[in-house]
Amino acid sequence: MFSNFDFDVIQRSWLYLFTTGMKFTLTLTVVAMIGGILFGTLLAMMRLSHSKPISFVATSYVNLIRSVPLVLVIFWFYFLVPYIGAWIVGASEPIQVGAFSSALITFILFEAAYYCEIMRSGIQSIPRGQISAGYALGMNYWQMMGNVVLPQAFRNMIPILLTQTIVLFQDVSLVYVLGSVPDFVTVASKIAQRDGRLVEMYMFVAVVYFVMSFGLSSLVKKLQLRVAIIR
Amino acid sequence: MHYNWNWGIFWQESPDGVSTYLDTLLAGLKWTLALSAGAWIMALVIGTVIGTIRTMPNKWAVRVANGYVELFRNIPLIVQMFLWYFVMPEIVPASIGGWLKSLPNASFITAFLALGFFTSSRIAVQVSAGINALPRGQKLAGTALGLTLPQTYRYVLLPMSFRIIVPALTNEFAAIIKNSSVALTIGLVELTAATYSMREFTFQTFESLTGATVIYVIISGIALLLARWLEKVIAIPGFIAAGSTNTGGH
Repeated sequence: MFSNFDFDVIQRSWLYLFTTGMKFTLTLTVVAMIGGILFGTLLAMMRLSHSKPISFVATSYVNLIRSVPLVLVIFWFYFLVPYIGAWIVGASEPIQVGAFSSALITFILFEAAYYCEIMRSGIQSIPRGQISAGYALGMNYWQMMGNVVLPQAFRNMIPILLTQTIVLFQDVSLVYVLGSVPDFVTVASKIAQRDGRLVEMYMFVAVVYFVMSFGLSSLVKKLQLRVAIIR
Repeated sequence: MHYNWNWGIFWQESPDGVSTYLDTLLAGLKWTLALSAGAWIMALVIGTVIGTIRTMPNKWAVRVANGYVELFRNIPLIVQMFLWYFVMPEIVPASIGGWLKSLPNASFITAFLALGFFTSSRIAVQVSAGINALPRGQKLAGTALGLTLPQTYRYVLLPMSFRIIVPALTNEFAAIIKNSSVALTIGLVELTAATYSMREFTFQTFESLTGATVIYVIISGIALLLARWLEKVIAIPGFIAAGSTNTGGH
């Protein structure tokens, strides 16, 4: 079955695959996670706001993003970001935006909608008495959120936030549709096509993703037991 | 900043000479719906079987079912599509491989298999969660009444757990429609791919993308309304949906 396979292609290219492709994928995952959680938390606070217009804007944004496929969102921002950039700097022509920045903006804005829903249930899991107690102590909204609600909400939601980050790590592979972003799958498929070794390369890619995602989710499960707040 | 808007583009004739660009998008939508519906049925059947096995007393069966779930959950869908499309025909015997490659709708069949197996692992997780959410006494009561284990599952546990996990399953159904867009990487011209080709022919980038976005929002709106109605009809008083608190994933 494997007689006419040539796994030599992996030996020749694995260092390049990891130092270029996987480095890009991981950097994008981590930066998009940080940006996505920050923006997502802001969205969650907006959704739970007493002000109707603020909560309407956040709710519409989240529902819109959650009803379209990531591939379509990737196309949207790939074409839209140069125009927005031109609008911001006041240029008359669309400006060139690097592959990394374009992908980063896409993933922050897309994943924020999913992180928002996680943070919303995290904030709602904090008993209302604590919010009242915060206000009774004379705190304002930001002090109460920053010192009382959000630290506990984060701690409760760490396992789910990390699980979503593993989903994000796998989602980064979809930038393959742009063809010009050097993530792990794109780089691997370029080498595979150059050397005519699609079968060996895609099996290798699958194994790498499996080992990394499985390892990470096992770590998350262990962490889950350690960070749980004992009540 | 220059961009020439032309919303009339949807009613203009597309390069095939007979239909409009709107028809191009609707033809893509047909593939999206066919792929999602087909893969959904496959995923529901396999997911129910695997999800049930994960709650059985036999340790080895549970391990195999858990392995199945981990395998399909930890590889990105796009890589799974590549595995079915490029790798599978090469590692099966040459005669079968050649037959697979010569099928008329190879990319549809491949995408159907990839999406079906991928979603089945996610449904399996929900089905086991539903069964585990039931009070332990239900299984004991079933067997105490003289039902065999398969009968207990068939008449007591599965009907109850399916009614509990309806919200989680509707989430998965919304997800399968969105995930079907990954099939464009192996050459299936579903809605997102149709949008992209419309853009390449017309250069009306934002009109094409808006058209597809509106269609996706309408489908998920319809799915959401159906789901709300189904939840109302089917919900069991006193049993809060186990899956509805699970907000991760897409």
